[in-house]
Amino acid sequence: MSGSSNIVAMKKIVQQLRFEANINRVKVSQAAADLQQFCIQNALQDPLLTGVSSSTNPFRTQKVCSFL
Amino acid sequence: MEPQLQGQVIRQLFFLIGATSVNSILLRKDLCSCRKGMLSSPHQNTPRHREILCFLVEMAAQPSDTLATLKTESETLKTKLEEERAKLHDVELHQVAEKIEALGQFVMKTRRALKGHGNKVLCLDWCKDKRRIVSSSQDGKVIVWDAFTTNKEHAVTMPCTWVMACAYAPSGCAVACGGLDNKCSVYPLSLDKNENLAAKKKSVAMHTNYLSACCFTNSDMQILTSSGDGTCALWDVESGQMLQSFHGHAADVLCLDLAPSETGNTFVSGGCDKKSCVWDMRTGQCVQSFETHESDINSVRYYPSGDAFASGSDDATCRLYDLRADREVAIYSKESIIFGASSVDFSLSGRLLFGGYNDYTINVWDVLKGTRVSILFGHENRVSTLRVSPDGTAFCSGSWDHTLRIWA
Repeated sequence: MSGSSNIVAMKKIVQQLRFEANINRVKVSQAAADLQQFCIQNALQDPLLTGVSSSTNPFRTQKVCSFL
Repeated sequence: MEPQLQGQVIRQLFFLIGATSVNSILLRKDLCSCRKGMLSSPHQNTPRHREILCFLVEMAAQPSDTLATLKTESETLKTKLEEERAKLHDVELHQVAEKIEALGQFVMKTRRALKGHGNKVLCLDWCKDKRRIVSSSQDGKVIVWDAFTTNKEHAVTMPCTWVMACAYAPSGCAVACGGLDNKCSVYPLSLDKNENLAAKKKSVAMHTNYLSACCFTNSDMQILTSSGDGTCALWDVESGQMLQSFHGHAADVLCLDLAPSETGNTFVSGGCDKKSCVWDMRTGQCVQSFETHESDINSVRYYPSGDAFASGSDDATCRLYDLRADREVAIYSKESIIFGASSVDFSLSGRLLFGGYNDYTINVWDVLKGTRVSILFGHENRVSTLRVSPDGTAFCSGSWDHTLRIWA
């Protein structure tokens, strides 16, 4: 019966919503502060952020002159 | 058990007992001339049959009002969920980030252009050695490049076109790819250039619609896939068995990303139903879901700490969702950007978000402040895929203009 399969689907949705409504949440201010903290802590290790000199970055083209 | 459920159970039992007894009555030769039971075929329209029919129809009519009550319950739960989330929304991310320094001007240029695909590049992935890239395209070719030298190391021709997903194994010894063939195939890479890679192919995943994304878990032994059939699945590479399946999306699932290893067994997926869901890989349950985008979600990527993820969508915005606050915390959009974002990735520290868009550009966003830092031009058609290298020194973008570009 299509009626009962609709009911089964709706029950699943309701169960899922109940589960999601009950999870523990943290305040946005706290979560945002943590994200910011992570960024600042790792900023120095981020080559795209700090920029890497041509000698260490393998992708930056090196102009090499050599005398033969 | 709840009273509603109890009522349902009693009604269902009534229906079952009623139906089976009528069925057996009708099957008895002395009581009824029809040979088949009521449940299997329409029978003569005699008064007794009509009586019995009416009784059963009445019984069957009961479950439909339970459907209505379930619907109202789901609506109230949804509003309750929104209220719970709103309670904790005390400040915006960019307000918290006001005190930190703004980023300076960025100069990022194309350092390498990888040419060789005959058609649109659809997907790319970096190897853990930070140097090799695998890319797949619409013409069915999967190519492994050495990004430093731009040489092609391996090339495989898939039996299907539109290879929409490709992934490098953590060991660097195999690649997985798939697309319109509804399968995910794993090709072990051999050092012998003359060996035919297609001969060693192993079909791992089987879906009922196109494969949109695939990703190895922390080992070469398991693969996570997402498909146009609306499901994601976890497979064992060796045996090809499905270890877990994830149902919950109402439409095609377009993208997925695994949580960074320290934070555990979860992954996030995004789909055409505008929803992004976070799943527990062990139980198959959706633990959180977010529905704030206004169109299909093309790409999802975890923040490096694992506590948040970003998504890029056809509604021309990228959004950041925090998992612990269980809500969207930032939107990256501009009025001048009207084309959808096809692909997003974070820099190593999570401060920069790179977005490849369908207007041929790449926008670089300051994640904390919510502002655009830079816009990169270079591709001659829409940017379809974008990944930052594992050590963060560069990022690679693939486009419908048949090329890949490495920016640093």
